[in-house]
Amino acid sequence: MYRSVTRFGGYLVGFASLFALWHVASVYLLNSVLFPPPLRVMAKAVELAEDGTLWSNASVSLQRIALGFLFGSLLGIPLGLAIGSFAIVRRLLEPYTEFLRFIPATALITVAVIWFGIGEGSKVFLIIYTTIFIVIINTAAGVSAVTPNKIRAARSLGASRAQVFLFVALPATLPYILTGMRLAMGNSFVTIIAAELVAANAGLGKMIWDARLYMLVDQIFVALLVLGLLGFTADRLFRWGIYAFAGRFSPLT
Amino acid sequence: MRRAVASRRRGESIIGFSEAVSLTLVRLAGVGKIFRSLQGSNYLAVHDLDLDIEAGEFFCLLGTSGCGKTTVLNMIAGFERPTVGKVEMAGRVIEGPGADRGVVFQSDDSLYPWLSALGNIEFGMRMRGLPRAERLERARRHLDLVGLQGQEHKHPAELSGGMKQRIQIARVLANEPLMLLMDEPFAALDAHTRAAMQRELIKIWRATRKTVLFITHDIDEAVILATRIGVMHAGPASKLKGMIEVTLKDAERDRTHDRFLGVYRQVHAMIRDEVAIAMQRSQ
Repeated sequence: MYRSVTRFGGYLVGFASLFALWHVASVYLLNSVLFPPPLRVMAKAVELAEDGTLWSNASVSLQRIALGFLFGSLLGIPLGLAIGSFAIVRRLLEPYTEFLRFIPATALITVAVIWFGIGEGSKVFLIIYTTIFIVIINTAAGVSAVTPNKIRAARSLGASRAQVFLFVALPATLPYILTGMRLAMGNSFVTIIAAELVAANAGLGKMIWDARLYMLVDQIFVALLVLGLLGFTADRLFRWGIYAFAGRFSPLT
Repeated sequence: MRRAVASRRRGESIIGFSEAVSLTLVRLAGVGKIFRSLQGSNYLAVHDLDLDIEAGEFFCLLGTSGCGKTTVLNMIAGFERPTVGKVEMAGRVIEGPGADRGVVFQSDDSLYPWLSALGNIEFGMRMRGLPRAERLERARRHLDLVGLQGQEHKHPAELSGGMKQRIQIARVLANEPLMLLMDEPFAALDAHTRAAMQRELIKIWRATRKTVLFITHDIDEAVILATRIGVMHAGPASKLKGMIEVTLKDAERDRTHDRFLGVYRQVHAMIRDEVAIAMQRSQ
């Protein structure tokens, strides 16, 4: 009880200090229309929320992230499992993963728009791209981190090779898969904004870009604030999900 | 004659005979094992080793570190194949791991941290498709046997080192193998826990009369547990140096008993030189 109070309280004080610092910097240090204080940004946020632009743009961005993240993970997990399990698959696919993971998704934005158009296709493609390699690499690393004794024990308890994969390798790898997905989630937020800044007809990135054209600095800060909050919430939800559903799949011991 | 019977009988029938006649359950004949290192050089771990383990006996394989005793166990478990020679169980060449040989590892990293104590114990039975009710009944029974009543829902991370080794033993026993292969299972435990585990293991062995191959480097442990001790030469190119029958009664399996000390001296005299050689080679 005491611990949960101090933990929650700690977060509250931390966030309050962030906003206080922002307020002090904006009002007393810079005092410029180009750096609005938190209260003005929040008033603007309410205004944008009421006329619906905030919600429609945020939901467009979130949908793109959710779709790309889902497909990227669905493709990445089996590929990572195969790479980690079979040396031949690793040799065949490593040139792809080791080459492509150094080309950031942001570098592919223009190509993606040329290939898939300015709409959802290019955005979802970029999120899949930014998700898949982290998930593959973490999953493969997880498979090779399964201690040989776990597999030997299963074999001498009567498990077939397929059972060893399903009931030993897979659950032992789950924490690594989830860590990879969590990192990919962070990347997705970076990528979607970059993609929407360059070419989009909706989304939080588009909102920032439009605001820049008309020097609506308040609106830019609303988008930034919402981004921070969404990213934070998504990460917390994911961590909570890991803890609630996979806490016992601890990689330790 | 004994060999002929052993080679014709299937595994299950061996146990039935074990009380009356001593039968060879595991036979290693002319076994050699070469490991190839990543640099391409060869290491001859075991050379020209002959060993018979009889059904129902508690056989301790005693040796210095690096003498290849774990290699011997791994070949019987089917984790590794001999480079030359034959490794047989009940007259059949061992092709790979199997549920007839239950392995207890030194390290508890062989347990499944995502499963409860009970889940770990019923794992083998689940893989082999036993009905759920029977699995649970047998898992509970063996949880009690190793003294872990009331701990069935705890996960390995919540249990002490001694308790984890108990789960390993219960997991193997519940699977009802013909034989137990134990690779220094108590080496990582503190002295008191180790002594308690040794006493429990003797009790369990008396109750089940499973054939046991127990690997250790500890003379004390071997004399307390074994009905027969095989002493290995120091590695590399190791083989058996000699055998010592241990005919101590229960009351005499006590570190302070004269007859215990008698056996201890006998074993010590045999392994002393090997320890010196092993120390020299490791420097």
